[in-house]
Amino acid sequence: MKLLSVFLFFIMLQSCSDKKSETKASGITSEVAMKENLQIEKENFDTKRVVSLNFEELEKNYFQKKNDSIYIINFWATWCKPCVKELPAFEKLTLNFSDKKVKVLLVSLDFPDKIDSQVIPFIKKNKINSEVVLLDDPDANSWIPKVSEEWSGAIPATVIYKNDNRKFYEQSFTFEELETELKKFL
Amino acid sequence: MKTRKILSGLAFVVFAITVFASCKNEQKKSSEEVAINEDVEANSTIANLETGAVGYKIGDEATDFKLKDVSGKMVSLSDYKDAKGFIVIFTCNTCPFAVASEERIVALDKEFKPKGYPVIAINPNNPEVQEDDSYELMQAKAKEAGFTFPYLYDDSQTVYAKYGAAKTPHVYLLQKDASAGSAGKNIVKYIGAIDDNVRNASAVKEQFLANAVNELLEGKEISVKETKAIGCSVKQ
Repeated sequence: MKLLSVFLFFIMLQSCSDKKSETKASGITSEVAMKENLQIEKENFDTKRVVSLNFEELEKNYFQKKNDSIYIINFWATWCKPCVKELPAFEKLTLNFSDKKVKVLLVSLDFPDKIDSQVIPFIKKNKINSEVVLLDDPDANSWIPKVSEEWSGAIPATVIYKNDNRKFYEQSFTFEELETELKKFL
Repeated sequence: MKTRKILSGLAFVVFAITVFASCKNEQKKSSEEVAINEDVEANSTIANLETGAVGYKIGDEATDFKLKDVSGKMVSLSDYKDAKGFIVIFTCNTCPFAVASEERIVALDKEFKPKGYPVIAINPNNPEVQEDDSYELMQAKAKEAGFTFPYLYDDSQTVYAKYGAAKTPHVYLLQKDASAGSAGKNIVKYIGAIDDNVRNASAVKEQFLANAVNELLEGKEISVKETKAIGCSVKQ
């Protein structure tokens, strides 16, 4: 009886810790997958991955597009209440302007060790359709001015650009406000 | 003997349930992220935009204030007769960047208070918007994190706006003007970040704030007067 209970107990503990290691393992594969394919477009939420980039990579891949699309880049984090509050406005924008060339990128400033425990669960739970990347670059003093000289470093913050026409906003957006700004670029 | 067996069996079942429950809790916690549709009343635009004020620049005279400390005492810069200046840090209980900076802020106070530059921390957030930033929770934070400096509550949310603090943590290094006739004037000498790596103290390369205080102490011109860091916007 005693032995049996001890045995059962260990099985339970095992099952509990198994779950944790499982998420860890999938995190590792996710990073590998990301590096091979930086731009993963529309995907099943169950396999949602978030790419980690430093600022140089972010700038090269997303801030210097020269085409007829409008790019909206929003800096946010899962713990930032005003950021989370305005995310639906960005999501709605993608939907409402799907016939125009509008692309939304959400740049998460969550800590890199929170990708699997917070960022991905958040994206799944809220069914975020926009592309999400994580900016992993600790020396903010060097890259904040490259986003905009006006930026104090507070989030949320947003950049809208089309070719060389670029505007920076250190503020929260409602959908209407965002739409108004976007229309200036159309 | 039999009852004993039953009892130990029961105890095991209870124990097993607890283990299961705690396991479950853990999972629940991780999925309990902020829901996007949650009614967040936070309407956090930047103070500067709303008030039209741009806050202080280097060389400006910083205003004194009278704010309530977690100890219950009212604190003003003018209380510090012997100070050469102040490290004023707008910070809060909740912002992950503020939390990551706590130990560093305590260390700065320990290093520079004896040299004449004490830390004065101010929480600018409105607890009606960010409920974890209430006065009571500030008291708990100060105790738990071992704050050696005043942690003041910007009750009217006016002081941060005058300074132009947009986020937490946000540092203003002040120096008392020692020239004749200007007693009590505090001049802004440095604005910005504590160092160049808010996430990881052990990976810091440039200690912007400490360097600036040391340069003041040596009577030198501060070499890096303004820096930027990511922070949580002030919740009004």
